[in-house]
Amino acid sequence: MTVYEPIEEFTDLKPPVTSIGVLGWIRSKLFNNWYNSLLTLATLYLLVKVVPPFIDWAVINGNWNTTGAACHQSKGACWSIIHANIRFIMFGFYPPTEQWRPLLAMMLLFALLLVSRNRRWWSKYLGFAWLAGLVVMGLLMKGGLFGLPAVDSGQWGGLPLTLILSVFGLTAAYPLGVILALGRQSRMPAIRYLTIVYIEMIRGVPLISLLFMSAIIFPLFLPEGVTINKIIRAQVAIIMFTAAYVAEVVRGGLQAIPKGQYEAAESLGLNYWQTMRLIVLPQALKIVIPPTVSILISAFKDTSLVVIIALYDILKTTQSTLSNPEWMGFSTEAYLFLALVYFICCYFMSTWSRKLEKELQT
Amino acid sequence: MTAKETPSTTRTSFWHDPEKRAIIFQLLALAVVLLVGYYLFANTTANLKRQNIASGFGFLGKEASFEIGESMISYSAADTYGRALLVGVLNTLKVSFIGIILTVILGTLVGIARLSSNWLISKIAAIYIEVLQDIPVLLQLFFWYGIFYQFFPPPRQAIRVLRGVFISNRGLVFAVPAPDPIHAWMGAAFLAACLGSYLLRRWARRRQEKTGRYFPVFRVSLLLLVLLPLLTWLAGGAPTKMDVPVLRGFNFVGGRNISPEFTALLLGLVLYTSAFVAEVVRAGIQAVSHGQTEAAMSLGLRPGQILNLVILPQAMRVIIPPLTSQMLNLTKNSSLAVAIGYPDFVSVTNTTINQTGQAMEGIALIMAVYLIFSLTTSVFMNWYNKKAKLVER
Repeated sequence: MTVYEPIEEFTDLKPPVTSIGVLGWIRSKLFNNWYNSLLTLATLYLLVKVVPPFIDWAVINGNWNTTGAACHQSKGACWSIIHANIRFIMFGFYPPTEQWRPLLAMMLLFALLLVSRNRRWWSKYLGFAWLAGLVVMGLLMKGGLFGLPAVDSGQWGGLPLTLILSVFGLTAAYPLGVILALGRQSRMPAIRYLTIVYIEMIRGVPLISLLFMSAIIFPLFLPEGVTINKIIRAQVAIIMFTAAYVAEVVRGGLQAIPKGQYEAAESLGLNYWQTMRLIVLPQALKIVIPPTVSILISAFKDTSLVVIIALYDILKTTQSTLSNPEWMGFSTEAYLFLALVYFICCYFMSTWSRKLEKELQT
Repeated sequence: MTAKETPSTTRTSFWHDPEKRAIIFQLLALAVVLLVGYYLFANTTANLKRQNIASGFGFLGKEASFEIGESMISYSAADTYGRALLVGVLNTLKVSFIGIILTVILGTLVGIARLSSNWLISKIAAIYIEVLQDIPVLLQLFFWYGIFYQFFPPPRQAIRVLRGVFISNRGLVFAVPAPDPIHAWMGAAFLAACLGSYLLRRWARRRQEKTGRYFPVFRVSLLLLVLLPLLTWLAGGAPTKMDVPVLRGFNFVGGRNISPEFTALLLGLVLYTSAFVAEVVRAGIQAVSHGQTEAAMSLGLRPGQILNLVILPQAMRVIIPPLTSQMLNLTKNSSLAVAIGYPDFVSVTNTTINQTGQAMEGIALIMAVYLIFSLTTSVFMNWYNKKAKLVER
């Protein structure tokens, strides 16, 4: 009987150098056939054409801490515009001595967001913490209590305003959207048609028309002598708009709940509200968490539209910096900086949404 | 709950009968809506009367007396508000139409690039999608509009890109063929070619169903679409005279001018929306399982046929609904033109509101026009969904 032993030399044989390591990776990922090779070369050529001049402009010739006049002399990017105006861009007309308040409010918000990122910490208490947090943030911004000087909301601006409009917008729009979604599924025709008309109308028109409405028409709706401040009116428009989109997302969740769940709840003797609160909504809302986050993202981006009705959100403060003669003509730098701010916020939310989607997949 | 199954001998009390309760709820809801509506209406009429603002759509027939930067139909300040608004609607349609075509092309390319086996291309597409999706479209519009003023010279030092093509801070100017009666005939020939290819396709499909013989519809219709207008052009004496832009005074005269506003709007909308379209296209392609391709290959179909007959029809079913909603989004976002001064419908209506003070009517018009756009789209969507629905055995 012959015993076959593995031959020593063969076990030690390595794959050819061209198919492993960096070389192998380059070959299989960039040059695996003729048109991919061509594509890679063309892209590399383009990158070489575009990236070094950009770095030249942005970094090597860039001005980081100069005056506007010096910037106008230079050929490079003028990042000094941000450095010199960061206070105004971030906080608008908020009194400089009270600036710590919006800063603290924003920190609070970011802390809450960070905590909520981890799903293991989701509980009733976190919900209460959010509610308390929102109240504290409002108090910090508004003042007038506990010895804080009151700051008129006309002076609110910059990043805090953007965040307030989107966070309060979604917080209020969410329950409203859930109610609208329930209305759309209702067995009562009058309720169903009212909500359908509302949802489809809002989704059919651009947000800007609602903002115009809040700015121009809404004052006409109120009896003589009653005025509501501009930020709240815009906030209401954003809430109405977002709620219609939330409603459609939640409806998707409601439709995904099998009929047996409703029947089981009924056979237990639960009434409509009990069925919804205890059986249907907890399941439906869980399914729609990822699309809800993407609504949050677009609500956050859409708050930039309040520029058109002249509210000083972070986009408007940047724009008014640009109309200062000293800094005129550096719009690219300023907008790139702003794009970075928006990108960081949205990227944070969208990676979170992707993570959630993976976790919730059951 | 509808009919009760068990006939109960005891009369249920009024409040515990779900049907009666439902009626009361609905009446209450309607009453609240009507009351709120009436309250707002009463306030509004009182306010309008107090501020002496006219109401009704009578202003549409009055003279607009404001100029509009660019228009597809003839318009002057002496025309009516109605015509000014029509100019606005046409401008909105123009930017949306061109924008949608470019978005679909660019989005499809990026979506395919995202799935490319080429690492570099795939990563660049991923960065493109992530970055452009996460920046508000209004900021993108401002950015592109700002670039025109920051980096491009005034017309006198305009950058000459090609012969007869200039870029300056007044926009892009390029030479166009001088007007000639033959152009109308070429347009007609093109339409005829479109009709011809449609009929050809129907005939080819019927023949294939009957005899199984394949006809190269795509190549023949492409030939038709190119050849017919070309032949008409040749028949018209092949006019080659160009209308070349010339610098006169402070600006160019002649040629076709694309304003910075239009360019910035188009660029912003197309780049922003194409990032979303790319994701839609990627999802659609990934939704068709690889087994389909293998099955088609084992049937002996050629790669082109596999794409045409097996993959695309299935991917389209997934792609079209979200794609239409992206197109609608682009159309709605085109209303941001008001922020950079392109005279779209919202922008013209805004000017009208400022001049007449009739905000109610103006905003009602804006909403009505956009509602018509979205209702038309959803009618199309319902038709398509019915057509594309899986026919199951």
